[in-house]
Amino acid sequence: MKNDNIKLFRDGKRVDGRATDDLRPIKIEAGVLHRADGSCYLEWGGNKIMVAVYGPREAIPRHTQNHLRAIVNARYNMAAFSVEDRKRPGPDRRSREISKVISEALEKILLLEKFPRASIDVNIEVLNAEAGTRCAGLTAAGVALADAGIPMKDIPVACAAGKIEGQLVLDLGKEEDNYGDADLPVAISPRTGEILLLQMDGHLTFDEFEKALDMAIKGCNKVSELQKAAIIQKYKVELEVE
Amino acid sequence: MTITPSIKREYLSKLASQGKRADNRKFGDYRPIKIEIGYIPKAEGSARVKIGNTQVVAGVKMDLGDPYPDTPDSGVMTTAAEMIPMASPDFESGPPREDAIELARVVDRGIRESEIIEVEKLCIVPGEKIWMIFIDIHIIDYDGNLFDAASLASLAALMTANVPIQRIKPMLEKLQERYPEIGNYLKEHPDNYTLPLREPPISCTSAKFGNVIVMDPSLDEEEIAEARLTVATDEKGDIRAMQKGLNGSFTVDEIKKVIKASIDNGKKIREELYKIVGK
Repeated sequence: MKNDNIKLFRDGKRVDGRATDDLRPIKIEAGVLHRADGSCYLEWGGNKIMVAVYGPREAIPRHTQNHLRAIVNARYNMAAFSVEDRKRPGPDRRSREISKVISEALEKILLLEKFPRASIDVNIEVLNAEAGTRCAGLTAAGVALADAGIPMKDIPVACAAGKIEGQLVLDLGKEEDNYGDADLPVAISPRTGEILLLQMDGHLTFDEFEKALDMAIKGCNKVSELQKAAIIQKYKVELEVE
Repeated sequence: MTITPSIKREYLSKLASQGKRADNRKFGDYRPIKIEIGYIPKAEGSARVKIGNTQVVAGVKMDLGDPYPDTPDSGVMTTAAEMIPMASPDFESGPPREDAIELARVVDRGIRESEIIEVEKLCIVPGEKIWMIFIDIHIIDYDGNLFDAASLASLAALMTANVPIQRIKPMLEKLQERYPEIGNYLKEHPDNYTLPLREPPISCTSAKFGNVIVMDPSLDEEEIAEARLTVATDEKGDIRAMQKGLNGSFTVDEIKKVIKASIDNGKKIREELYKIVGK
């Protein structure tokens, strides 16, 4: 959506004062829920995301079971009060699609063949939404899976890059998402650099895409450090040495 | 009944016969209550409430709507609760199950019948345009006593809610061509204003198992409970809503005792609530 009345840059700074390659402030906390096997609370700019992981446990209904490996059920859900105009509770086409691409991204990274016939359920609840919820959700899911102790090759992480007023920027904010030219959410496995999720809408030249992808991957790597720090924070043991 | 509850029943009943509960509480005691307001910036009002490990987020959203024909001059309130699979390994996704519907309706009743929301002040054009209030309750972590957590979160969300004039203004101005009365409304309310409310009723839930009745049942206690009673009381100590649940029964004396205890606990919880949201 283009709107000539809205300026997304002022004196070379973005509307919220960030430089082109700055992330919004991010806060990650691991192991915040009592009932879940693993959980994570994440704030990313104005986003507030809670993730609970259950499993591996027997997949029900039974016909969903795979006798060779576990299935991953990611469920992305937005709270009715998480957006400007109240959203009707329950899944819609958008949330189903996001659930699907996140499930698929996680399947690549989890050691599913260790748990035949099981399901790993990842519940992503968006409590307050402000652009980039799928990246925030997937990032939080990575931490919650680690907190649940589910064997995986890496902690998946996501971050978006985009284009506003002809310039490439990292991690689009609300107005930038609404009035910008392109949005490119990317999830990677930071150890190998493999791409687990990739979507794009808008308009990019091949050169711009290359640069934006590079930018998103750099963003992912920064967020990855925060994920690891959150898990260490939760599980570090202070030893008293006499 | 599966094997686990029968073991739990034996253990908890044995403790109860010695006057004890598994978490060292007295029968009439609540777990620690934590209320956090303004948790959801996108909502008109919101709160996160923890009772022990149980955790609930409630958000209030408001929108323009059409009144019901039988109450043409009043705003409308709806309450919905989602027992999302996040909160417990036993909750499944899909349309709300009967427990979620009962929960939403009991919370709804506590709020509606106590007339805490001054619905008559939420009319914009009589017979044509009114405010709709949506209270949505998200269960995040389920460790027993959702009724009290959900109603307390809803109250705190309502008590901190602002009528979103700024957000709705463009729509109101458009409607003004058809309904000139809107001009007066906007003159009276040029900016967001606090949702008009009366005194809040406080819900207290008790559960009965064996011969004991405990307040604020934990999940284990709820699982073995034979009967449950939720009582909402107001500042004066009057009863504003009740709900008995489960297939066990209470004697009349037990009911009276539970109501008395609910009034006492309601007082304490109301003080806590006022401390956080201001009066």
